[in-house]
Amino acid sequence: MKSEHITGVAASPGIAIAKAFKFTNTEIRPTKTTITDTEKETDRFRAAVEQAKQDIEQIRQLTEQRLGAQKAEIFEAHIFLLMDPDLIDNTIDKISDEKINAEYALHEVASLVIGMLQEMDNEMLRERAADVKDVTGRVIAYLTGKPYATLTGISEETIIVANDLTPSDTAQLDLNYIRGFITEIGSRTSHSAIMARSLELPAVVGTESLLNRVENGATIIMDATEGRIIIDPTNEELSEYEEKKRQYEERRAQLKLLAEQPSVSADGVHVELAANIGSVEDVAKVLENGADGIGLFRTEFIYMGRKNFPTEEEQVQIYKHVLSKLEGKRVVIRTLDIGGDKELDYLELPKESNPFLGLRALRLCLSREDIFRTQLRALLRASTEGKLNIMFPMIAVLSELREAKRILAEEKAKLLAEGVAVSEDIEVGMMIEIPAAALNADAFAKEVDFFSIGTNDLIQYTMAADRMNEAVAYLYQPYHPSILRLVQMVIKAAERAGKWSGMCGEMAGDQIAIPLLLGLGLNEFSMSASSILPAREQIGQLSQQDWKAIAEEALTLGTQEEVKQLVEQKLAR
Amino acid sequence: MISETFTIIHPQGFHARPTKIFVQAASQYPCKVNLIKGEKKINGKSSLSMLTLGLSAGDEVTLEVDGEREEEALKELGGLLTQIFEE
Repeated sequence: MKSEHITGVAASPGIAIAKAFKFTNTEIRPTKTTITDTEKETDRFRAAVEQAKQDIEQIRQLTEQRLGAQKAEIFEAHIFLLMDPDLIDNTIDKISDEKINAEYALHEVASLVIGMLQEMDNEMLRERAADVKDVTGRVIAYLTGKPYATLTGISEETIIVANDLTPSDTAQLDLNYIRGFITEIGSRTSHSAIMARSLELPAVVGTESLLNRVENGATIIMDATEGRIIIDPTNEELSEYEEKKRQYEERRAQLKLLAEQPSVSADGVHVELAANIGSVEDVAKVLENGADGIGLFRTEFIYMGRKNFPTEEEQVQIYKHVLSKLEGKRVVIRTLDIGGDKELDYLELPKESNPFLGLRALRLCLSREDIFRTQLRALLRASTEGKLNIMFPMIAVLSELREAKRILAEEKAKLLAEGVAVSEDIEVGMMIEIPAAALNADAFAKEVDFFSIGTNDLIQYTMAADRMNEAVAYLYQPYHPSILRLVQMVIKAAERAGKWSGMCGEMAGDQIAIPLLLGLGLNEFSMSASSILPAREQIGQLSQQDWKAIAEEALTLGTQEEVKQLVEQKLAR
Repeated sequence: MISETFTIIHPQGFHARPTKIFVQAASQYPCKVNLIKGEKKINGKSSLSMLTLGLSAGDEVTLEVDGEREEEALKELGGLLTQIFEE
């Protein structure tokens, strides 16, 4: 017999092999009946609401025990929806005005709201229709005397197959038996998906016409790392995926251990493995992956997707949130880097023929001091929440750094005079993206607390090759000896001045570059959160002493290919 | 009656939980609490209505309070509109 393959959206990673359990929780469509005693009908409605409330309260308590108070809060929100004055009053008005049965009246009121929510642009808000459906569906079930289907009472290993799962369905899944779930609708942000990730339960969503193709009890392989479903697998497929599942689980356990370990080389040199973030939402991933800090917080997102500049107050909220989440670990926040390829709708910038060589980042901030000062004040005010580092982007000459530092000092003095607390341990540093700054690193090192090398721009400016231009993409050569020499210059200048050096940009998380950078003496590597654990694993196997010599050798080579070959050859040994 | 306009910064927008927190706080005040986005005006003491307002990050929303303790309400509720919530 041939197996059947279906793909969907991987919503919570993992691999599961078990028998399918088809779960149907079809929406009850109540029929309209005319009533005479509206008071009695209203009482009946209120009683059903009360019963539903007690159910949800039980689910809330269960969730609190399993996942903690914060995850359980969604069911507090459900109780709020259920007790909503608009929902209750509109239903009761409908019962008495139209003399109709409670379940029909509630269904009408709920459908209107659900319809409105489903039309929203924002996916996160659109998904809230599921919350309203879940809550009102339970009341309607009580009113019609039909049981509200639940997934409790499953007692063998199963994969749940359903059209959709409500938040309350997911919260009640018995993890002793349930190995994963697959739904026809939903997205990565639907509540069931979020819940699955906290339960570490494999989940695939958005698999169209799934229910028609699966028999109850059929064997299913679900690979929720890739969103693949295999129904009635062949023996070969079964053994292949049993092996894959074993490997996946072993690897996950390994990485989990690594998340708690320090970042230290085989010969005992400590480095800092930090994460790059672009928004508040990215912080969760930083913590999950055991980062030693945040090495680059791009603040552009705060300014994008809105109609006006963010106020000082709004920015304080955002910076404070990130600093407090990192609990004293270093957070490097880069001041606004706009211009170049990044524009703001509400900031009219003159057209430039060479935007990447034009008025961008700090250059722009120094010409629009009002914008710059607002951000600096917000950073200073937030600084008491954690370990803040402020970093200026796109500096070419010393006068720019001095000007930025002068404005920062002025704002700090103003705040102190106003009686506002500002941390005394803020480190101030700069990015090295322009070759001129790298060449003059010794002079800069005396006036900053740290450097962070921004490789994407440094490569583009060194090679004089636009990184957006496909035709010259071959010039994007991170391991080229000329790039490595600039990097070495910066690291050595920092060392000589007793400062620390870091790197943010793709190169810092690259498995070929990491050994060389370690050998050159880089202190901090900042990368996307998902690269941190593999990087920590790799560094644990490298000796800085050995790589110091290899990096020196690499600098004497003539091409990127030769450098790459050398590293690969040394890594393979 | 007093009012003020705020920009939503919570990245996920006002979904069920932030809405609950706002409505819970709004319900503590005797004054009327309305939220206005574009043409739409809703009762800030109803989670359902607030959900249908669809507040996403970057949206501007006007908070209008009218009656007893309105100044206190504007301060506290305005703070909630510009808060980042735990996810």
